[in-house]
This record gives sequence, structure tokens and C-alpha cells, in this order.
Amino acid sequence: MDVEILSRIQFAFTVAFHYIYPPLSIGLGLIMVVFETIYIRTKKKEYEVLAKFWTKIFAITFGIGVVTGIVMEFEFGTNWATYSRYVGDIFGSALAAEGIFAFALESSALGILLFGWNRVKPWVHLVATWAVFLGSMFSAVWIVIANSWQQTPAGYHIVGEGMQARAEIVDFWAMVFNPSSVDRLTHVWIGAFLAGTFLILSVHAYYILKGRHVLLSKKAFKITLVVATISSLAQLFTGHNSAEGVAENQPAKLAALEGHYEANAPADLYLFGWVDQKNEEVYGLKIPGGLSFMLYQDFDTPVTGLDEFAKEDRPSQVNAVFQFYHIMVAIGMFLIGLSLFALWQWKKGKLFTQKWLLWTFVFTAILPQIANQVGWFAAEMGRQPWVVYGLLRTSDALSKSVQANQVLFSLILFFIVYTILFLLFVYLMNKAIQKGPESDIDFDEGSLNKEITKVIS
Amino acid sequence: MDTLFGLDYPTWWFLVVGGLFSGYAILDGFDFGAGAWHLFFKKNKSRETALKAIDPTWHGNEVWLVIGGGTLFAGFPVFYGTLFSAMYTPFILFLLFIIFRGISIKFRNMEEMPWWRKMWDWSYSISSIMLAFLLGVVLGNILNGMPLDENFEYTGRGFFEFLNPFSILVGITSLALFMMHGAIYLLLKTEGSLYKRIQIFLKIGMLFFITSYIVTTAYGIFNLNHLLEVFTDHKVLLIVPFLVFLSIANVPRLASKRKYGWAFVFTSLTIALLLVIVAFELYPRLLLSNSNIENSITIYNAAASTKTLKIMMGFVAVGGPLVLFYSYVVYRTFWGKVKMDSDSY
Ligand code: HDD
Ligand code: HEM
Ligand code: HEM
Repeated sequence: MDVEILSRIQFAFTVAFHYIYPPLSIGLGLIMVVFETIYIRTKKKEYEVLAKFWTKIFAITFGIGVVTGIVMEFEFGTNWATYSRYVGDIFGSALAAEGIFAFALESSALGILLFGWNRVKPWVHLVATWAVFLGSMFSAVWIVIANSWQQTPAGYHIVGEGMQARAEIVDFWAMVFNPSSVDRLTHVWIGAFLAGTFLILSVHAYYILKGRHVLLSKKAFKITLVVATISSLAQLFTGHNSAEGVAENQPAKLAALEGHYEANAPADLYLFGWVDQKNEEVYGLKIPGGLSFMLYQDFDTPVTGLDEFAKEDRPSQVNAVFQFYHIMVAIGMFLIGLSLFALWQWKKGKLFTQKWLLWTFVFTAILPQIANQVGWFAAEMGRQPWVVYGLLRTSDALSKSVQANQVLFSLILFFIVYTILFLLFVYLMNKAIQKGPESDIDFDEGSLNKEITKVIS
Repeated sequence: MDTLFGLDYPTWWFLVVGGLFSGYAILDGFDFGAGAWHLFFKKNKSRETALKAIDPTWHGNEVWLVIGGGTLFAGFPVFYGTLFSAMYTPFILFLLFIIFRGISIKFRNMEEMPWWRKMWDWSYSISSIMLAFLLGVVLGNILNGMPLDENFEYTGRGFFEFLNPFSILVGITSLALFMMHGAIYLLLKTEGSLYKRIQIFLKIGMLFFITSYIVTTAYGIFNLNHLLEVFTDHKVLLIVPFLVFLSIANVPRLASKRKYGWAFVFTSLTIALLLVIVAFELYPRLLLSNSNIENSITIYNAAASTKTLKIMMGFVAVGGPLVLFYSYVVYRTFWGKVKMDSDSY
């Protein structure tokens, strides 16, 4: 295998692994802030217990998020040196801003969040929790801006030639608010909220099923369900905005997402399907003209297809891009359906009485994670063969001095170490969840038995 | 070229990046040092205390690396690309040890089993040692220079080229320096029998540092002539090595009087001054091309556009004080000797 393939695998592997944790931290942070704020305002002990419990889980996800993030920052230099020189002006400033404005805040406040319960006043602690949450939101801002610039470059000009060509900023704000930044940032944020909230729903549903911490869990579940429902609806909206943006700015990507080949014809909308790349055919269930309708509110307006582009300017893995995209959208629809259904059951007073519904929530925690991963894979593989869309090819972006055996060596090491990390993560999460919230008061007193019989019957 | 207070922007940026990496070396330096001693503490209780001494703050320290990396990338993208790809193997190892150092601290106390704790103690200590060493190794390579082609690409080949006598010596010296620095930090944070033990370690650490420093400097003087140019050209600059000498000499003096707070100030100053020497030896070069000097990377041919540098100066002007303020709040909160309480996640 050559350096290019190895470096791409390594990058995809390490960033995908990193991306398991930050969304959880951002989403858990949101709910931690909610619980602790309620606690400070109402002084109700159960919210303190909830805040502390989720802080513990947060500490685990955050710890792994940080160490794997540092790998990402330096991997641009180690494996993508030409790319680094090319985009340093733009990308470097975003990374630096991220460090200065987001990570510094986040990590300093974290010390107080984790170790400060007995050391500072409750409101100071609340400020620290907010700071950690806002810091994690900011960290998404800069990195997504940098990535969006790669997707839809703006506010730059190119200087130098050949190997020494580089992009330089001419308009900072145009760079920051490039055509896809806002759509993608909101989509990423909400994706993170979904990852966090559905984990919380899952754990509390599990407690309710097991008859542990039942009252506490019901309170937590209801609050979180509201946030999760709003987020899943909002995700459809931001995703739709992204799709419109992609249609406008990256037509080759859109054509790959939707499996649309014909150069200039009305496009169908597939609910699911399979792309036969060789024959340029898609099989599956479709709404004829549906994509044209989604984009232009008219079933007959033509949409640019893949045939419009030379072979070497198209994503090479159309079927994969198609599948990833469709999995994400299907999950999004499922989350909307599930959370609306749960709200409806809540209204009827039957939210906690149906075992199957609670079990569904237990297992749903994994779905936003999958959607987040495949979303990035669709977005990034759909951008190929460009690393900076229309400007720099991935194959030109490599470090010229790095050799295949070095990358193979590092890839194997990362693989081993990340496997260990992942096992530890699962083990520690499981343990923390089994142990459950610590409280000196039993909130379930009295009602406990009644609740259990209700769930089981 | 645009200037600010008489200095051009690449020079300003050289100072900013240098300042950030000095800050990183001083701050995470004592974390590495503390970690390097860790296995020499025998009792579980001592290890817990030593860990607790850095637990609330190490993460904030590590952010200096993240910011330093970002500003290096932004300010000197050419250098960032070349350095990290040329030093591929040591940097990948560095990243892996950063991972282990971090998770060891985070996970050690999450379980009671003795084997669990021992495992993380080992991984924490070895990672800290290796991190201190690798930072020095990379610095040694930068001082040494590398073969570069006309596109500033490294032309060396092979896994182990980053290990040469000079880089190994610099690596050992930086480990020794951080061990001395870390021991003093732990003295500020501990009491009782552990404190007594660390006092002995500090003596060993000082001896270790002074020996390796002398050997490394001697080796450098005889073998790396290009590093001396700046001092032969500008004799006044010899004041800096002289200050380093004074600063180092102050450490044992203060330590013998148990003024560890001041000793800590002087180890920090030593780190900063040593990096000032490095800065003088390099400036305006960042990386000497020892195959063809024409291909050397300087702050001018490596710099991002002036516009970016200006924007980034704005970031630093606004963000720098904020970062210092956060650090102040955190160190304030956890000031003084380590107290054990129920908050050990
Ligand atoms: C700001 C930059 C940035 C950000 C935030 C991300 N990526 Fe990315 N990604 C890149 C910058 C990048 C890149 C440097 O541009 C790569 C490396 C090689 C390439 O073609 O693009 C890339 C490639 C790349 C590939 C390989 C595509 C291929 O080779 O076909 C995958 C699967 C991902 N990324 C996935 C992700 C995931 C799961 C992310 C979630 C955090 C993510 N990326 C965030
Ligand atoms: C390739 C791209 C990425 C790079 C270079 C990168 C870099 C980093 C770095 C250096 C850290 C550690 C910071 C510290 O020491 O405190 C980190 C952590 C973090 N990153 Fe990333 N990151 C990337 C992708 C992303 C994305 C897409 C998000 C958006 C959601 C994100 C969100 C976070 C968050 C929230 C943290 C804090 C740790 C946590 O919450 O788990 N990162 N990242
Ligand atoms: C509900 C229907 C959804 C639609 C229509 C949708 C649409 C899109 C589109 C078009 C992109 C590509 C954007 C680009 O390349 O610029 C994208 C990317 C992405 N999606 Fe979705 N999405 C949906 C649901 C979800 C859900 C539920 C999640 C996660 C929980 C998610 C997470 C992501 C992520 C992480 C990315 C990559 C980042 C980005 O490019 O914005 N999406 N989505």
C-alpha cells in the first residue's frame, strides 16, 4: 500500500475515533448545565445528584476526547505537510483561535468542575460548568469553520506556483462565513446534542427498567426528552439547509449523495437503494423527481449529475457516499419519530409503563453516534478527490518525506492504542452506569415498589 | 514590510510562538518531572498525593501545547509542515505518550485494584519520561539542522535518523531539567515523609541536570559551529549564557535554604533563558538546511501572509490575557499543599 492510502486510512481512523467523544461531551455538557442550573435555582437535592452523576460520565468522555484531539492537531503536520503549507494561513489561524478561545477556557474550568465541588461556592461551580460547556461549543466552531472552508473555499487568493502554491486570506470574515460554515456548524452542534441526550435517555430508561433510581430517572428522562425532541426536529432543518448548500456549491457531492448520474435531468429521491457504479445505475425505492422537488419545489427542474464531471473529478466511492448519507437521514427520521411518539405517550401518561418503549430508548443511544460518523464520512468522501474543493487534490497534499513503512508503523500503533482506549472507555462507562448516581437520600423511597410493579406489569 | 513597534510581523510571531512554547515547557515541564519521579514513590498513598498535586492543573498546562501548535501552524505553515513530517517518528511517539500520560492520570483512581493502579503508575511515569526526552530530541534536531530540498521537504530517510548523539544529549538534558523542576514543584505541594524523600530526589536531580547540561554544551561547542555564530558576531549576547549560569547556580543555593518557591522561579527562569539562547541561535532561521544552506527555512520564507499574522496578533492580544486569567483562577483555587478530599474522580 502506498503512503496516500495509508495516510488517508490513518486520518479517517483517528478522526473518526476522536469524533466518538466530543459530541458526547458537548451533548452531556448541555444537560449537565441544565441540571445544575435547576439545582442552583431550586436547591432540590435530586438535581445536584444528577449533575454530579453526569459529570462523572462526562469526565470519562472528555478525557479521551482531549488526548485523541491532540493527535488530530499534529497529524496535519506529520502526514499532510503539503496541505499544511497550502492552507496554513487559513486553517492554522482557525486552530490557533480554537486553542486560545475554546480549549483554554474549557480545560481550566474543567479543573474546577471536577475537583471544585468542595472548594468553591456553588454559583462559582455553576459558572465553571457553563464555561466547560461553552468552551466545548466553541471548539466545534473553529474546527468546523476550517473544515467548511475546505469544502467551500472563500475569502482567499492563491499565491506561488506548483509545490509552493498556497492560499492566503484576503477577507477574514468571508473565510469565516464561507458558504457552508453556518449550515454545517449548526448541524454538527445539534448532532452533538443528539448524541448526548440520547445517551442520557438510554441510561435513565435502563434504570427505570431495572427499578433503580426510578423517581430520579423519571425526572431526568422527561427533561432530557424535551431537549432531544427539539434537537431531532432542528436537525432535519439544518440538514436540509446543508443539502441545499451542497447542491449549490458542491454539485458533484450532491450528485454522489443522491446517486444522480445523468448530467442534466430531473433527479429522483431515493429512500434507500444501491448504486451500481460500473453501469451508473441506482436500484431502490424512489420518488421520481423528488430531489428536484426538494431543491426547487418543482419535479421537472434538472439537477447537475455526476456525468457532468470528468471521471477524475468525481468522488470514487459513490455507493459508499450514497449509503452513508442515506443511513444518516434514516436515523434522523427515526429519532424524530421516536421522540415525538414518546412525547405523545407522556401526554397520555403511558411514557414509563411500556417496556418495549423504554428498551427502544436503551438501544437508541448508539444511533446518533452512527449518524454522526456516517455524516462525516459522506461529507468527506463526497468531497474527494479534492482535499480543498476544486483547488488541491488529496494525492498532492501528502508529506513528501514520509514513507509508507513509517505510516504503516504509526497506523498499527494507533490501532492498538485506540483499541485499548475504546475497551477502557466501555469498561469505565459500564462501571459508572452500573454504580449509578450516588445519593444519601433515597428519592425512590415508598414509591419504589409501586413503580417496579407498574413497569413490569 | 509592515512593522509594529519597529519589528516586522514574522519577528513578532517568532516571539509569540517562542513565548508559548517556553510557557508550555515551564508548565507541562513540572508535570513531566513529577511523573518521571513517580515510580520512586513507593507507597500508594505517596503516589496518590503526588498525582493529586498536578491533577487539577495539568490539563490546562497541556493546552499551551495545543495553542503553541496552532500558532506555529498559523504563523509558519511551511515550518510546521516540514518539521512534523521530518520528525514523523518522534512526533507520533510523542502523541502516543501524550495519550497515555493523560489517561493514566484520569483513570488511575477510578478502580481500587492494586494491579490497576500499578499499571497506570507505570504508564504515567514512563510516558512522562519519554515526553520530556522526546521534546529534547526534537529540539536537538532543530538545532542540528536537517537536509532539505528546494521545496523545503526533508530529504533524510529512515526510521531512526532523529536519533543522533547531539539530539540524544539534548533529550537527556531536558529530562534532567524537568526532573529538577518537577521535584521542586512537588516540594511545594507535599508534606511529611514524602516531602523528606523528595528533598533527596531534588539533590539527585540537580546533579543529574548540571552534569548533562555541561556535557551537552561541550558537545555543542565542539561539533555544532553554526550555533556559535551569533555569539561571535554579537559579543554582548554572551550575557544570556551568563544569566543562565547565574540562574542555574541559584537553584541549589535556594534549595539548600529550603526556599522552594524561589527555587521554582529560578528553574522556570532557566528553562525560559535556555530557550532564549535557542531563539538567538536560530533567528531568523527556523531550520537550517545542512545539505544546501539556500534551502533553509527562515521566519520570512515560512511565514503566513502579513494579514493572517495581524489577525492572529489580535487573537493573541485578546486571548492571551484571558488564558492567563483562567490559569490564575485555577492555580488560586488549588493553591497550597495537597488536600485529600472526596472529589477524586
Ligand atoms: C478541519 C478539518 C477537518 C475536520 C474537522 C474533519 N476532517 Fe475529515 N478530513 C480532513 C479534515 C477534517 C482532511 C485533512 O481534509 C482530510 C484528510 C485527507 C482528505 O482527503 O481530507 C479528511 C479526510 C477524512 C476522511 C477520509 C476520506 C477519504 O479518504 O476518502 C474521513 C472518513 C474523514 N475525514 C472523517 C472525518 C470525521 C469523522 C470527522 C469528524 C470529526 C472529520 N473528518 C472532521
Ligand atoms: C481534524 C479535526 C480536529 C482537530 C485537529 C481537533 C483538535 C482537538 C484537540 C487538539 C483537542 C484537545 C484540546 C485540549 O487539550 O483540551 C480536541 C478536543 C476536542 N475537540 Fe477536537 N479536533 C478535531 C475535530 C473536532 C470536531 C469536528 C469537533 C466538533 C464537534 C471537535 C470538538 C472537540 C471538543 C468538544 C474537544 C474537547 C474534548 C471533548 O469534549 O471530548 N473536534 N480536539
Ligand atoms: C434528518 C435528516 C438529515 C439530513 C437531511 C441531513 C443532511 C446532511 C447533509 C446534506 C450533510 C452534508 C453536508 C456537507 O457535506 O456540507 C450532512 C452532514 C452531516 N450530518 Fe446530517 N442530516 C440529517 C440528520 C443527521 C443526524 C440525525 C445526525 C447526527 C446525529 C447528522 C450528523 C451529520 C454530521 C456529523 C455531518 C458531517 C458534518 C457536516 O458536513 O455538516 N445528520 N447531513
